Amino acid sequence: MLDGLQEILFTLRQNKLRTVLTAFGVFWGIFMLVLLLGAGRGMQNGIYQDFGSDVLDFVIVWTGDTSLAYHGMGPGRKIQLHEADIDALKQQVPGIRLISAERFVENGTITYERKNSNGQILGVPDEYFRVKDDVPFNFGRKINPLDLDETRKVVVIGTTVADRLFDKGVDPIGKDIRVKDVVMKVAGVFYDKGGRGQNSERVLMPLTTMQRIYGGGDITDNIWVRPLPGVDGFELEKKVLAVLKRRHDVSPDDNRGIASFNMAEPMKRVTGLFVGIDVFIWFVGLGTLMAGIVGISNIMIITVKERTKEIGIRKALGATPFHIVSTLLLESTLVTGIAGYLGLVIGVALLELVAFGLRSSGAQMPYFENPGVDFQLAITALALLVGVGVLAGLMPALRAARITPTEAMKSE
Amino acid sequence: MIELRDIQKYYRMGDQSVHVLKGVDLHIREGELVSIMGSSGSGKSTLLNILGILDSFDSGTYLLARQPVSRMGESEAAQLRNRMLGFVFQSFNLLPFKNAAENVALPLYYQGVGRRERNRRAEEILDMVGLSDRRTFMPNQLSGGQKQRVAIARALVCKPKVILADEPTGALDSQTTQEIMELLKDIHRRGNTLIIVTHEQDIADQCERQIFLRDGVVKSTAEVA
Repeated sequence: MLDGLQEILFTLRQNKLRTVLTAFGVFWGIFMLVLLLGAGRGMQNGIYQDFGSDVLDFVIVWTGDTSLAYHGMGPGRKIQLHEADIDALKQQVPGIRLISAERFVENGTITYERKNSNGQILGVPDEYFRVKDDVPFNFGRKINPLDLDETRKVVVIGTTVADRLFDKGVDPIGKDIRVKDVVMKVAGVFYDKGGRGQNSERVLMPLTTMQRIYGGGDITDNIWVRPLPGVDGFELEKKVLAVLKRRHDVSPDDNRGIASFNMAEPMKRVTGLFVGIDVFIWFVGLGTLMAGIVGISNIMIITVKERTKEIGIRKALGATPFHIVSTLLLESTLVTGIAGYLGLVIGVALLELVAFGLRSSGAQMPYFENPGVDFQLAITALALLVGVGVLAGLMPALRAARITPTEAMKSE
Repeated sequence: MIELRDIQKYYRMGDQSVHVLKGVDLHIREGELVSIMGSSGSGKSTLLNILGILDSFDSGTYLLARQPVSRMGESEAAQLRNRMLGFVFQSFNLLPFKNAAENVALPLYYQGVGRRERNRRAEEILDMVGLSDRRTFMPNQLSGGQKQRVAIARALVCKPKVILADEPTGALDSQTTQEIMELLKDIHRRGNTLIIVTHEQDIADQCERQIFLRDGVVKSTAEVA
C-alpha cells in the first residue's frame, strides 16, 4: 500500500504542471463555494441581527385612543389593557403558547453611588422571560415567581445600565441601586441587542412590585403572545384582536384603539429574501463545482490518453487491470482530496479572518455579520467533488485497462 | 516448453475480417534459442504477441510449460506474463521517467516484492548485463545499446521461463547489434529459452533453429548447424 502510494506520488511529480492545474481547479471550486456560503451566511446573520434578540414568532398588542365611534360611544376614548384580558385570551383563544404582560412607567434615573443612567423601566411577570427566551443573561438570574409573589424589590438590568453604573471589575449582582428613588437589589444582567442596543438600557422589575410602588392595579401596556408550533401567527393575531376589541367595545375596524405588530409580517419578507439568497448561492456554487468537476474529468481523460503507452508497458510487465485502475483512481482521489481540503481550509480561514477583522475593528457593516460556513455542507461538496472526480477517472481508466498491451504500446 | 497446435487468428477491421494466422503449429523445447522469420505481413509479430499472451487467438491450442493458455481473464494473463515471460522490444519500451534500476525493478513490483528486495535484484541483474555503473541513469541519458540492455535486464528480473524478443536489434547499429546478440546468446547459455522475431538473416543465423512464416503458416523450420 505504502509502496503503491510512493509509486503514485512519483507519477504525480512527473506531471507537475498537470497535477498543479487539476489541483488548482478543485481548490478553486471548493474555495469559491466556501466563500459564497460564508458570504451568504454573513448576510443572513446581518439581517437577523437587525431583528435584535426578539424571537421571531411574536405578536405584540397595545392600546391607544379609539378612532371610530362604536356602540354609542364616540371616538377618542382611551383604552387600557388589564391582566384580566390576558386571562380571557388564555381561555378564549386556542393556539397560544406563551402570553405575558409588559408595563412601562415613565423613564427615570437609576443611580448607584455617584453614577447614574437613564432608561426605560418595565414591570414584567416571569412569563415575560419565556416569551423573550432569546435574551441572554450574562450574570445573575431572571425574575422568578417568588419575586412576584413576595413583591420583592429586585431588578434585572441591561448591560448598558450595568456599564454606566458599575466600574470594571465590580460585580453588579446583589448591589443596591436606586430606581427612581426606590432602592432595589440587582438580581441579573441581560444583553438585549434589540432596538440597536437601546433595549439594553432597560431596567426590569417584577410586575407586582411595580404595581405596589406605582399603583395602577393590574393594568398592562403591552401584551406579548407567541403561538404554539404549527399555529399561524396571522390567524392568532386576528383572534386575539377580536377578543380584546369585544371586551373593550372597540370597533373591529379600529386600528388605533387596539393595535398590534406581528413579527410574522417582516419575517415573511425576510424568509423570501433568504430563499432568494440560498437559490443564488446554490446556483453559483453548483456552477463553480460543476466547472471543477468538468476540469477533473477532462484532465483524467487526457491523463489516461497520454499514458496509454505506459499502461501498455506496465500490462506487458504483469500489471493486472485492477493495478491500473486502482492506481489511476487513487491518483485522482489523492489530488482532488488534498486540493479540495486545502480549498476548504483556506476558505474557512479567510472567512474567520474577515469575521475576526469585523469583530475586532468594531466595524458595523450593514447587513453583514459573522460570516461562517456550514461545515457539513462544505464537506458534502468536497466529497461530491472527489466522488465525481473518481467517477470521471473511472471511465477512461477502465477503457485503458481493457485495451490489449500491444495496442496500448503502439499508441504514441 | 511451448506447444502450439493449429492456432488461428483473425483481425477485424470494420466489417472486414483479415485471417492473419491460418493454423500455426509450433513446438519449442526448453532451453532452445529460436528465431522466427518472415516478411512483413507474414504474421510473425501477431504470433509473438500470442506467444507472449499479449494478444488472444481465435482457435487452436497453446500450451506454455504444459499449461493450457486459452481464453483467460486479463488479471490471470497479466500474472502469467509476469511469472513466465520476459519481453524485449524493438523500441525498448522503458518508462522514460524511471531510472535504469527502477525500470528493471518494475515487474517485481507487480509481484508484490518489497522495495529493498526489488532494488537488490535489479542491481544484481544490471551487473550481469554490464550496466552496474548506469543504475541511476534515466533512459534519455543512455545509448540505444544501453537501453536495450536495461530492457533485457528487466525481462530477466522475474526469472521467466521464456524470453520473447521482438526485433531486439532493429533500432541499433551493426556493432551494438552484435553486442546485444552476444548478451542474448549468453543468457541463452545460462539455460533460458529464447525466441527472437527478426527479419535479419544474420541474426537468425546465430540461433539454433529458424522458423519461417509465410501467409500465416509455418513454411519451414531449419536447424542451424
